[in-house]
Amino acid sequence: MSVMKRLSGIVQAKANKALDKAENPADMLDLTYEKQLENLQKVRRALADVATARKRLELQATQLQAQAQKLQDQAKQALGQGQEDLAREALARRATLAEQLESLGTQHQQVEQQQQQLETTASRLQAQVDAFRTKKETLKASYTASKAQASIGEAVSGISESMTDAGMTLDRAQDKIAQMQARAGAIDELLDTGALPDALGGGGDDIQKQLDATSRAGQVDTELAALKAQIGAGAESPSLPAGSAEGGDGPAPAAGAPAGGNS
Amino acid sequence: MIVRILGEGRYDVPDADLPAIEQLDAQLMDALERVDEAEFSGTLADIIGQVRHTGTHLPPDDLRPSELVVPHEGSTLAEVRDLLAQGT
Repeated sequence: MSVMKRLSGIVQAKANKALDKAENPADMLDLTYEKQLENLQKVRRALADVATARKRLELQATQLQAQAQKLQDQAKQALGQGQEDLAREALARRATLAEQLESLGTQHQQVEQQQQQLETTASRLQAQVDAFRTKKETLKASYTASKAQASIGEAVSGISESMTDAGMTLDRAQDKIAQMQARAGAIDELLDTGALPDALGGGGDDIQKQLDATSRAGQVDTELAALKAQIGAGAESPSLPAGSAEGGDGPAPAAGAPAGGNS
Repeated sequence: MIVRILGEGRYDVPDADLPAIEQLDAQLMDALERVDEAEFSGTLADIIGQVRHTGTHLPPDDLRPSELVVPHEGSTLAEVRDLLAQGT
């Protein structure tokens, strides 16, 4: 069995159904023209929606990319501090982001295709509207003169088939837009709730807190060592040059203390 | 024969080129029934390529009806299955 023949049958049935409403051929022409204009409006609106969906995807991709880069940097920083577990956590989150990014890429391709199909549909409809506007007056005149019902029927059913195609393209685009919006909403939520810490929020995430705490602790250790060295130089061993005795092995790691939350 | 690609427009395809397209069409149905997504999308792309290549694109004011209809470019198997279900 053929897909193309079955689909043709479905399109014809839809097109005929759309035609059943008008009885008088002249009315039918006007009605068809009205419908064409309506259809064109709908396609234009959908086109605007697709453009919005596309921009939103692009914005999210940028945010996710920035976040992935940040996690990469954090992993490096954590390793530098000797916190391998934290580095591992940052990389694991980065992998999740990479998955999201990949699927955003696929969606972006789809949305581009929708946009292209809608643009084609819009310009085709526009050309048809223009052509049909003059044609319908000619047909009306010939109908009243003789009875060219057959040619009216043919013209109208041709238009109707084309409008059915436009309607189906529109439905498909709207489904895709809805799916994309739902998905974009889910990603926004994820970015908001901090499951994927907001790339633009800056510094507020837990990995960063741990890194900051560790580097603060390191700084405290350094200062402590410097102080010890000063005191040591002043009180105990005047014969030794200041700081050289204790300064070297001073920064003892203050382990455990800065561990914030284990999630 | 006039072939419509949904979302794209109509092409007048010479009769001599129809058998190749019909064969691809049968393959498409086969992929649909076996739920072979990869085969399905590959075959659909082939059909669309063939129609574009062998057919002459019809201007919008040509109002002759089409006899064969090809799904939208990039359609998934599920989408086409749903479309075909509208006819039953």
